[in-house]
Amino acid sequence: MKVASQDFLQQAHEALRAKDKVERRDLLGQFMPAARDAAANAYGDFDGLRAHMKRVRGHTTEHLAHYLQQFEEAAVAHGNQVHFAATAEQLNSTVLSICQTHNARRVAKGKSMVTEETGLNELLLKAGLEVLETDLGEYIIQQAGEAPSHIVGPAFHKSLAEVRELFLAKHKLGERALESVSDIVEEARGVLRERFLAADVGIIGANALIAEHGTTMLVTNEGNGDLCANLPPVLIICTTFERLLPRAEDAMALQRLLVRSATGQSHTCYTSFYSGPRREDDVDGPLETHIILLDNKRSDILASDYHEILDCIRCGACLNHCPIYIGVGGHAYGWVYPGPMGSVLTPLLTSLEQSHDLPNACTSCGRCAEVCPANIPLPDLLRDLRQEESAQQLKPARWRRGLRLHAWLLRQPVLYQRLTGWSMSALGLLGKRRGAFRRMPFASGWTSQRDFPAPEAGGTFMRQYAARKRRGGRRG
Amino acid sequence: MVTCLADLMRPSVGFSAIRLLERAGCRVTVPEQQTCCGQPAYNSGEIDAAVPVAQAVIETFEPFDYVVIPSGSCAGMLSHHYPALFEGEWRERALALSAKTWELTRFLTEVALLPAPKRAALEAAVTYHDGCAGLREMGIQQQPRQLLQEQCGVQVQELTENQVCCGFGGTFCARMPEISGKMADDKLNHAVASGAKVLAGGDLGCLLHLAGRAKRRGLDLEIRHIAELLAGNPKGPGIGEGRQ
Repeated sequence: MKVASQDFLQQAHEALRAKDKVERRDLLGQFMPAARDAAANAYGDFDGLRAHMKRVRGHTTEHLAHYLQQFEEAAVAHGNQVHFAATAEQLNSTVLSICQTHNARRVAKGKSMVTEETGLNELLLKAGLEVLETDLGEYIIQQAGEAPSHIVGPAFHKSLAEVRELFLAKHKLGERALESVSDIVEEARGVLRERFLAADVGIIGANALIAEHGTTMLVTNEGNGDLCANLPPVLIICTTFERLLPRAEDAMALQRLLVRSATGQSHTCYTSFYSGPRREDDVDGPLETHIILLDNKRSDILASDYHEILDCIRCGACLNHCPIYIGVGGHAYGWVYPGPMGSVLTPLLTSLEQSHDLPNACTSCGRCAEVCPANIPLPDLLRDLRQEESAQQLKPARWRRGLRLHAWLLRQPVLYQRLTGWSMSALGLLGKRRGAFRRMPFASGWTSQRDFPAPEAGGTFMRQYAARKRRGGRRG
Repeated sequence: MVTCLADLMRPSVGFSAIRLLERAGCRVTVPEQQTCCGQPAYNSGEIDAAVPVAQAVIETFEPFDYVVIPSGSCAGMLSHHYPALFEGEWRERALALSAKTWELTRFLTEVALLPAPKRAALEAAVTYHDGCAGLREMGIQQQPRQLLQEQCGVQVQELTENQVCCGFGGTFCARMPEISGKMADDKLNHAVASGAKVLAGGDLGCLLHLAGRAKRRGLDLEIRHIAELLAGNPKGPGIGEGRQ
């Protein structure tokens, strides 16, 4: 997918102007955290589970080569074909060549952020294949020609009325009312069922790869993943190595964390494990299965100071709890992954040059880290990226110069206090009547949105304190 | 430690903090050479510029038993972020400073307790904004509410979404002013809806940002640092208010 993160500020500006969308997101920002909190509290020792998972992930990463080999061997023993793709292009071309080998014409896709990341659909469409997204949210945005605005709910930004208009325009089904949510779901279901049955290839993602059994786990609420996996003769699972876990029970621990953090449910409607192609006595299932493990810079991230971002389980809790994501929405971030996790991943998976505004879209409020089920120190990683932004001289030069001059001045207390003492007294006098300034030189960023409160009259604290001490000294 | 914002913008916060600490039986000194904890550079990723500032702060405050700060974010900077800046000897010194650094309201409820007040209750409906660093890094939540109750006879009228950031975020508020303004509006709307006339908080950064936005919108809210309220019925204008 094309990167548009360099235009974050402009995109955020436009997002904030669409008042109805702002209201929808504000509701999302109240509802989702409440649902997550209720589910986490009902579980009991949720923080203990988070800490447990952190240890499991740490162990897995430390022994990555071992578990990767175990997974591959077990998966191959079940009849799967395992492929490694170093780059997005390699994943896409592997998928295409599998489709071409089978003379496939129709592809049914379950929700997969990895294939959003690689821009798979675009390539398959160009090659003349029909590609249909089958997750309801993904289906809606595919019909609308949009990108996901949220990693869990790709169409959270769409209202019922918008979806209705879209379906009436896109589906040639004659007169229907489509007035209720269930009418709309029923219609999408009807359209999708036909296509599942006609598909030559199914493509899904994975929430976990279980090394001991060579199986993959997928959680969905709609069951579309299972239909994509079981009805077409060929199944392709597109995933990445950081989904790897040693044991099935680790995947269950992950599932407990993931679902509560993502939607506030205790479990999703479907939790499925895929072992491989149909065996001799099986009544259904694909005839051929492929698992493609994408790297796309993840090995570099693993070796870097940002390796903890690979513990992300894609629950979206950091998005739902981030007041900046809620404020501007996912599309403003300009790529596949928005919100705090996206502001870390986008610079690492694309380039910091294109996306250095994203790590700055953060007040270090810490709410994301507070709820992250993988205990990723997101604000710290974002600060580290800001440090890199400065080192690569991507930050606006006047900001950098100003901050460095300020830091230098802080180490010259006499000069600092003389300068601030004089200027604050002057500002205090000037602003005494109104108490604030509408405009202030060198502070247009501040005053574009707010008045600049005048300093209290009487001069700086240090000046008054020194005067009091002198008076006290004379008295004493 | 008097924060740079209290020093420059709101000296009464510094003097109120001194009065409170003295009332709690402490001997208080504000070292002459103190300036600022270095957060602006640190949070903006200018780490190498923040390091010597941190060293100066560590040296300045080494001789004292306790370092008490009327700000959750500056206290969080000294307590949590300084030690991460260093290795070796300086890390030890940073850890020693971290161990004796306190946010004001927590210090007054856990270390040096304030005696019961001798004055009448504050006649005002008060709401409280929890600064994020105080809330999440320093464990400040019930302490200011308890002190407002005990010292001012005030029961805080809570904000909806009181754990959500107000949009200040240091340089964020000037680098992404539009998003920051939206977040301030959300907070101010909750404050107005709470029915309170006074919005108190423990961090001047948040309060200056909110006061500036409230002034721009012409809202009728008196915005003050909690130290001003605790030290005695404040008479001067609230933050960003004039003297007319």
